[in-house]
Amino acid sequence: MEGHSSYQPKSKVAQWFESRLPLVGLIHSSAIAYPVPKNLNYFWTFGAILSFMLVVQIVSGIVLAMHYVAYAPVAFARVEHIMRDVSYGWLMRYIHANGASMFFIAVYIHIFRGLYYGSYKAPREVLWILGVIIYLLMMAAAFMGYVLPWGQMSYWGATVITNLFSAIPVVGEVIVQWLWGGYSVGDPTLNRFFALHYLLPFMIAGVVGLHIWALHHVGQNNPDGIDVKSVSKDTVPFTPYATIKDTFAVVLFIIFFSWFIFYTPNYLGHSDNYIPANPMSTPAHIVPEWYFLPFYAILRSIPDKLGGVLAMFAAIAVLAFLPWLDTSKVRSARYRPLFRIFFWIFAVVAVGLGYLGSQPADGIYVIVSRIFTVYYFAHFLIILPLLGFIEKTKPLPASIADAVLAKGGATVVAGAAAPETK
Amino acid sequence: MLQRGSWTDDRTGISAVAHTETSQKATRRDFLYIATGAVGAAGVAGMVWPFVSQLQPDASVLALSTTEVDLSPIAEGQIVTVQWRGKPIFISHRTKKEIEEARSADIASLRDPQPDADRVKAGKDQWLVVIGICTHLGCVPLGHQGAYDGWFCPCHGSVYDTSGRIRQGPAPLNLALPPYAFTSDTKIVIG
Repeated sequence: MEGHSSYQPKSKVAQWFESRLPLVGLIHSSAIAYPVPKNLNYFWTFGAILSFMLVVQIVSGIVLAMHYVAYAPVAFARVEHIMRDVSYGWLMRYIHANGASMFFIAVYIHIFRGLYYGSYKAPREVLWILGVIIYLLMMAAAFMGYVLPWGQMSYWGATVITNLFSAIPVVGEVIVQWLWGGYSVGDPTLNRFFALHYLLPFMIAGVVGLHIWALHHVGQNNPDGIDVKSVSKDTVPFTPYATIKDTFAVVLFIIFFSWFIFYTPNYLGHSDNYIPANPMSTPAHIVPEWYFLPFYAILRSIPDKLGGVLAMFAAIAVLAFLPWLDTSKVRSARYRPLFRIFFWIFAVVAVGLGYLGSQPADGIYVIVSRIFTVYYFAHFLIILPLLGFIEKTKPLPASIADAVLAKGGATVVAGAAAPETK
Repeated sequence: MLQRGSWTDDRTGISAVAHTETSQKATRRDFLYIATGAVGAAGVAGMVWPFVSQLQPDASVLALSTTEVDLSPIAEGQIVTVQWRGKPIFISHRTKKEIEEARSADIASLRDPQPDADRVKAGKDQWLVVIGICTHLGCVPLGHQGAYDGWFCPCHGSVYDTSGRIRQGPAPLNLALPPYAFTSDTKIVIG
């Protein structure tokens, strides 16, 4: 993108190094000089929050791996060993367990931000699809991580999720046994899940690198959904503006995160997971972690095994096609009055599916789940393609600078009088 | 104090100077800047400590810190090895000849001078209790071997006498003594 720095090292040593590996220049152009649209709001800080959470999960996870043993007869006891014996082991585990939930809270806000402001539209399709891939990898990592404590929910969660593949005609059973490394979820399953759980975060980190590369190549979207026309008028340098704003948002997020770690560390978990895995008895009410609940509701709402599994995977896969399903040329919901209404209906439906997934699968819950599931797909497959043709959008501002000035007429005066108070 | 240059406010196009280069007076912004940095540094340090601390021996390891040994089955002239905190402990039931050899050594000629009497409990000359780890690079020496009939380390050829003192080879120090006490004539507690 235009406006990137032409970094010139000052010292002789730095020049020698830069001419051989332009590493400092890369950091300078992507984290210091990188032009940031000046109208970004706090929803744009979730990329930094997610990067921070990935680091938190990798660091706390490496620590836990130093004390954990992925062997079915001792795995549950090893987690209790971490909780009771290891110095600050309780903190490490609560950071990691709640960190997974925080990661998903942040990623859902990040995704809905993208949906609202049309961040998936040209030229950001690849950026968006990389994001969907990260989301899938996160789900796989979270699921396998939840199996490792080897409690009742771990065991039966693993059983249910792996059995999804048994819905595949003809080869389903063979595939499931291959996944398990046996005839049921057991020690081989635990061991391979641990290996993959350790691998996946580094794959996520790799795709995050591509995600950021793609972002910095095409430039950030913004709340007005319009392109940067003049780097000098429409943008500010990443440092200090975005760095400080992101840091501030991360600090606020840490406070929120800490409240869970220190005051209600098991609120987002399930008490049944403090019962050791028992292959002979399924808990009465089995639910996945909260971040999977909407998809769980979709799975249960379809009265057909294969159909339910396909619908569940399709609910995620449809996101990858979103750049082409949304036919509107206008990105931001700010200038799309109809889309804005449908966006909020969709948000309610998505959260509603989450609630329904946590409830027993009978009576009214099933009926509402079916209605919501149909609406979920209709939003992507019917409403968004049609809206582009029938919606009368509002006029877009001429530039980002115009949009900012139109909004903040009063602050200009105050800012000029006392710039340090801004 | 901190000096920062002027910038142009991007929204208004008005140039502003936060701190003039010549002003040495601390401003409220300087205070906030340093205070924020200090709080941040304290927070990071507070968070780094648990991550360092978790590597320490945990409660289950500390619980293994004492070992009780019954000496009665150990015959004269026999060396047994017991485990304490994951380390080998040599318990040598020394013969009269071995005790005599240990006592008669010329202290001044030793690399790590120490009389035999300091290496055993008073009145328990026959019992030598040492940590069975060569002070060179941590291998476990072999008993009743070497020129002094004490221990010989197979890794780099250090030779210890019947008091576990270094006599030849690269090791710098005598075999270390673990903390232990006799709880009766035939029982010791290590650790």
